[in-house]
Amino acid sequence: MSWGRAFVALARRDLTIAFRRRSEMANPLLFFVMVVTLFPLGVGPEPKLLANMAPGVVWVAALLAALLSLDGIFRPDFEDGTLEQLVLSAHPVPLLVLAKVCAHWLITGLPLLLVAPLLALFLGLPEGAMGALMASLLLGTPVLSLVGAIGVALTVGLRKGGMILSLLVLPLYVPVLIFGASAVDAASMSLPIAAQMYILGAFLALAASLTPVATAAALKISLS
Amino acid sequence: MWRWVHKYGSPPVFYRISGRLLPWLWGLFAILLGWGLYGALISSPPDYQQGESVRIVYIHVPAAWNSMFIYVAMAVSGLIALVWRIKVAEIVLIASAPIGAMFTFLALVTGSLWGKPMWGAWWVWDARLTSELILLFLYLGVIALHGAIEDRRTAARAVSILALVGVVNIPIIHFSVEWWNTLHQPATITKFEKPSMHIDMLVPLLVMALAFKLFYVNTLLMRARGELLERERDVKWVKELAS
Amino acid sequence: MNLAGEGLECTRDDRVLFTGLDFSVDSGGALLVEGRNGTGKTTLLRMICGIRRPDAGELRYDGECIFSLGSDYHTHMAYVGHMDGIKRELTAEENLRVADALGRPGRMSIAAALERVRLAGFEDVQANKFSAGQRRRLALARLLVSKAELWVLDEPFTSLDRHGVKLVEELMAEHIAEGGMLAVTSHHDVDLGAADVLRLDLSA
Repeated sequence: MSWGRAFVALARRDLTIAFRRRSEMANPLLFFVMVVTLFPLGVGPEPKLLANMAPGVVWVAALLAALLSLDGIFRPDFEDGTLEQLVLSAHPVPLLVLAKVCAHWLITGLPLLLVAPLLALFLGLPEGAMGALMASLLLGTPVLSLVGAIGVALTVGLRKGGMILSLLVLPLYVPVLIFGASAVDAASMSLPIAAQMYILGAFLALAASLTPVATAAALKISLS
Repeated sequence: MWRWVHKYGSPPVFYRISGRLLPWLWGLFAILLGWGLYGALISSPPDYQQGESVRIVYIHVPAAWNSMFIYVAMAVSGLIALVWRIKVAEIVLIASAPIGAMFTFLALVTGSLWGKPMWGAWWVWDARLTSELILLFLYLGVIALHGAIEDRRTAARAVSILALVGVVNIPIIHFSVEWWNTLHQPATITKFEKPSMHIDMLVPLLVMALAFKLFYVNTLLMRARGELLERERDVKWVKELAS
Repeated sequence: MNLAGEGLECTRDDRVLFTGLDFSVDSGGALLVEGRNGTGKTTLLRMICGIRRPDAGELRYDGECIFSLGSDYHTHMAYVGHMDGIKRELTAEENLRVADALGRPGRMSIAAALERVRLAGFEDVQANKFSAGQRRRLALARLLVSKAELWVLDEPFTSLDRHGVKLVEELMAEHIAEGGMLAVTSHHDVDLGAADVLRLDLSA
């Protein structure tokens, strides 16, 4: 089936474009680091307090960084007309949406994972929790991209789309935040994290199968 | 059956029938509210532990039930609007959102008022209140998205998708918040203990719940009628009404 | 092949733009949509593309409603709208390769398509270095790469000089001669030669 070819071609296209504008890739990362840095400045540098807050703070910062980068999934395509071409493709739109979201995650989500240990260090997160942090971000950040894509698709045609996007998407992010932060928290107290991981995995499976359809429908509505 | 749907889903018929039903529905609401309030404030007993302040449950719980019910109603009319493109369904969807938001807000405020004498704080991160707060954001999102899109039919379709996505997420959010709550509050019970439901309390509660549902239906019909007139202002049946 | 519309209606911002619109176009035929700005020309084309649903009426391709055909319909058509639909960060060739993968390729090779729109030699040039006219021609090259029978063109002559306009007219005429179909809007007077042209004036 040429579906596979279309999927790969589209993902490759987005990755190529991101690579050619690679200075922009650093923005969500810098934001991530800066937000985490603000917390000690705000609540004081007491190590025990910071270590306690660390799981939640890192997760909230990751969430905000993901939110910030969401616009890039569809807005540039909307502005140069390639989004229309996507919806008019001979291949099913949900498949193409999935390709774009995968590429987007590789560009914006995966780097967060790579920087997370540094931030855990800033906040004094115990070593034992590092693995849980990476694992929870690995499972959770793709869900953020997948669910966020629906919000972007709904607001891409709007002038002030960015502001509404946060309002639409943040309530939907709450479950991922709860279980992601909880996993890291539990790990830092040497408690088991299997339940949280399974649930995050379930979220990912659910999001990967359902959100592309909703996103595709939303795109067609925004473009009409 | 489709002819029936298209007949009653047609704007002029909807307008006419809702106009005839409304006075009766308001009358019924007044009766139910009176009965419910009598039961809530006078005939039902105060709680053993919580005293008189438990009476707020007669507003808080029906309001919370309504906030959920209206969201589901919104999602269902959104689905109908999306699949069958029936104008009245679009209008029901739009008109319900502010009413649902209002009930959610009411649930939050009454929850807060209930909490103050109990826990001494105006806000606690109880599972139900937290879920209601997130539900309020979901409602505000629907209202904001609809306001931001200029073309009304496109706006209705976009909001339908949002409502459907929201309705799927609500159980997930509810489950997550419950789990979060049990995790962080093991010993002290900040969960609002629903007083054990004696029949003397259950009846006024259900009556109030029914009264609130009726309030929703009535205000929905009134708003929908107004919206219909505005949308179809250039269409014949509206012009005939005006003359 | 046949593209037909029956009883089409379009409402925007509570205003009815057009209603009861009928048309039928066969192979070798062209639909030329005319009318002042704001009469719904672009909207009608977007309906034909399947991006926008008509508020009433039906659009049929070979007798079947295009919305039930879904992305199958899109294998038969190609669209060039107001915006170019090309990525500035990619080279001309990369752009066409993506269009290839997204559509139904096979009509012309990428090299041949670029040559036809007089962009030969620009394969490895990033589109952000092109002029507006060159970008438009690249967008039109998309049509040549795909095997779509129906071309939907919204103001294809924008940003083009006299030579560019002539090129587009040639491409359209060739497409019709090969048995394709066209749906075009334009402010300019379009010379489609011997084609079977159905003029639809939305201002009326």
